[in-house]
Amino acid sequence: MSGPPLLAVEQLTKTYPGTRALSDFNLELRAGEVHGLILAGVTAPDGGRIMMDGTEVRFAGPKEAQAAGIGTVFQELSLVDGLTVAENVFANRAPVGPLTWLDRKRLFRETQSLLQPLASTLSPNRRVAALTTGGRQIVEIAKALSLKARVLLLDEPTSALSLAEASNLFTVIRRLKAQGIVIVFVSHRLAEVFEIADRITIMRDGQLVGSYDRSAIDPEQAVRLMVGRVLSRLYPPRAQSTGPPRLELRSVRSGPVGPVDLTVHAGEIVGLAGLVGSGRSRLVRALFGVERIDDGMVLVEGRPVRLRSPWHAVRRGMGMVPSDRKGEGVFQRMSLERNLLAAALNRITRMGLVQPRAGRRLGQELVRALGIRARGLDQAMVRLSGGNQQKAVLARWIATRPRVLIVDEPTQGIDVGAKAEIHRLLRQLANDGLAVLMVSSDLPELLGMCDRIAVMAGGRVQAVFDGRSATEEGVMTLAAGGGAA
Amino acid sequence: MVAFRELALIGIILATALVMSQLSPYFLSGGNLRSVLVGLVPGAIMAVGMAVLLASGGFDLSVAAVMALCGTIAAWLTVQGVPVPMAILLTLLLGLLIGSGNGALVTFLGINPLIATLGTMSIARGLALVITEGYNISSLPDSFTQLGEQGPLKLPWMVWITLALIILGDLALRRTRFLRQVYYIGGNERAARVSGIPVDGMRVFTYMLSGTLAALAGILLAARLSTAVPTAGAGLELTVIAAAVIGGASLAGGEGSVLGAVLGIAFLSIISNALTLLSVSIFWQIVVTGVVLIAAVSIDVLLRRRRV
Repeated sequence: MSGPPLLAVEQLTKTYPGTRALSDFNLELRAGEVHGLILAGVTAPDGGRIMMDGTEVRFAGPKEAQAAGIGTVFQELSLVDGLTVAENVFANRAPVGPLTWLDRKRLFRETQSLLQPLASTLSPNRRVAALTTGGRQIVEIAKALSLKARVLLLDEPTSALSLAEASNLFTVIRRLKAQGIVIVFVSHRLAEVFEIADRITIMRDGQLVGSYDRSAIDPEQAVRLMVGRVLSRLYPPRAQSTGPPRLELRSVRSGPVGPVDLTVHAGEIVGLAGLVGSGRSRLVRALFGVERIDDGMVLVEGRPVRLRSPWHAVRRGMGMVPSDRKGEGVFQRMSLERNLLAAALNRITRMGLVQPRAGRRLGQELVRALGIRARGLDQAMVRLSGGNQQKAVLARWIATRPRVLIVDEPTQGIDVGAKAEIHRLLRQLANDGLAVLMVSSDLPELLGMCDRIAVMAGGRVQAVFDGRSATEEGVMTLAAGGGAA
Repeated sequence: MVAFRELALIGIILATALVMSQLSPYFLSGGNLRSVLVGLVPGAIMAVGMAVLLASGGFDLSVAAVMALCGTIAAWLTVQGVPVPMAILLTLLLGLLIGSGNGALVTFLGINPLIATLGTMSIARGLALVITEGYNISSLPDSFTQLGEQGPLKLPWMVWITLALIILGDLALRRTRFLRQVYYIGGNERAARVSGIPVDGMRVFTYMLSGTLAALAGILLAARLSTAVPTAGAGLELTVIAAAVIGGASLAGGEGSVLGAVLGIAFLSIISNALTLLSVSIFWQIVVTGVVLIAAVSIDVLLRRRRV
């Protein structure tokens, strides 16, 4: 770890309309290290300079960065669904034979030789549409490597991965590191940054907080640095007492899931733990009418209800924050106000007519109550940060004054500050008498937030733990063990 | 709540009228203005439905063909001796039926609206020609052609009916909870569903509305001409869609208003009227429609870029 750094970034500044995303950012990367970067953006800078192997370089766009040996795997993957793995890896640089016919055999061979070091069993002839998110990420990495990348930027690579896929990815990262490739790993998840990174750079509100060797910092310090203040308690205090049953499931079945029996009381936050594919998401989506309930009974406030669509569920006083924020949560091109009012138009309607002033008032109220940071109610949703978008989706349901709230991965891919605020809000809602059912892959979050935790595996609830006494090991053992317990 | 786009269109229409009043002494004459207004009727009525449909992310190519088919059906029924109110009701029902067919194809079979309504367009146009064997149906009863006759302010009743529809339609899309939902569907269909908006029902409704309004346009057109023409309005569907886009709608959905779409139609009509008065070939008018559409959308794109 000596000599000039492979890549050095000096006083980089990046301004987006309305926000200064990056100011005076400095970073040094050395060959063969995994660098954990917490919170970052990747676009052309407005000021500052980037040095590679000791000389200054300028990138007008991703093409030039690619040519210089910097490969990037963004949060939103950029693969073409209808094409095969090999065709994607070589996009528009496919090997061609005479008469520019595509040389399929060579394409296959070269793709395979790229995939091999990634320990991937993927066939280059598979269609990308048929791959899991983890598989797609491998393809993206192979694509970056095919461009002879020496620096690989991974932006939130695990946010859509299952545990098994994530640990696969980590194996791949370690292997690439051994080959002398620098990896910049951008993540909101502290635990994995500490697992994989050699050095950790922490950013807050576009400012560099500092770079540390992994051994020189522990997760608690990191959180403090990210939040900029001491979090005396990471999670709000639990419910003192709970009310009558609000949501009752009796032998509920939906596709491969069930039969499930579960009760959520007023004032209570019940967590659903489990691995990806254990049926948590399917279950709550069925409860909200997105998926079909095939059998069994659901009672809301003691009354049996038929939940054939979200429309029915909303009429029964239910709300759901979906896990796919971009696909199912927000209306990106629409204003913050319209997003906030999507489910509560009836509250601002008098004699059949929507009252714009009442809408604006309700919107402002929600922005204040949830601490949503935006330039104004007319700002397009797409311009808000992930955390603020998520708060807006939550606010949309608060506006309907629901009796039961389902939250599916409520803090996925958002920064620590917004995460803590959403935790506080959920607890406050429960304290106001709401029944909250929460799905999360973030085990510490479930353990910290929930009054009770139901562990799912193989489509069924294996056990229900008390939130105070549950341990990570206890939950994981059941979640991973299937029906063993 | 009237948007910049709509005010800009009103300004441009007034400016065009001002220039034209200098260029042609006939432009501001009662006769010319009246004929522009009457000529607007079918397009404006269909623009009401199209604005709602485009806001929901839908699309209907079949409107002009449905208009022609329904015009001939209404005429045929009255010539067969069916009482006029009954004939009108049956024709509107037919429009509703065709619209629900479109809606079902798009919503429940998941067929791309462009393809589904392209098919319906061909079927409707073909049926209109089959029924009439390609000829016009004329000598319609007086009680039917009354709709094209004069009412208050020397304007035919059909203009007043259209005006009422535009005002109601604009208010409904702007202010009723029911129709406001279409913006959410156009903005993000899956998110709309998860927000508790009855997406499927709303979708079918928007196509039914479009079909019914096309039928009404057909009835009024036949009444005005005292003749049902099976080839009427060829290509008008594209003009209506272009007008809605000029008025602020987007093919991606989630945007636009009834007022905007109607102003778009009005603007295109005035331009075409101006070119006629200036003795420019009718063929050039088609070219101008295209230029106006591309100019409007380009200006919008550029303005948005600057606003970002």
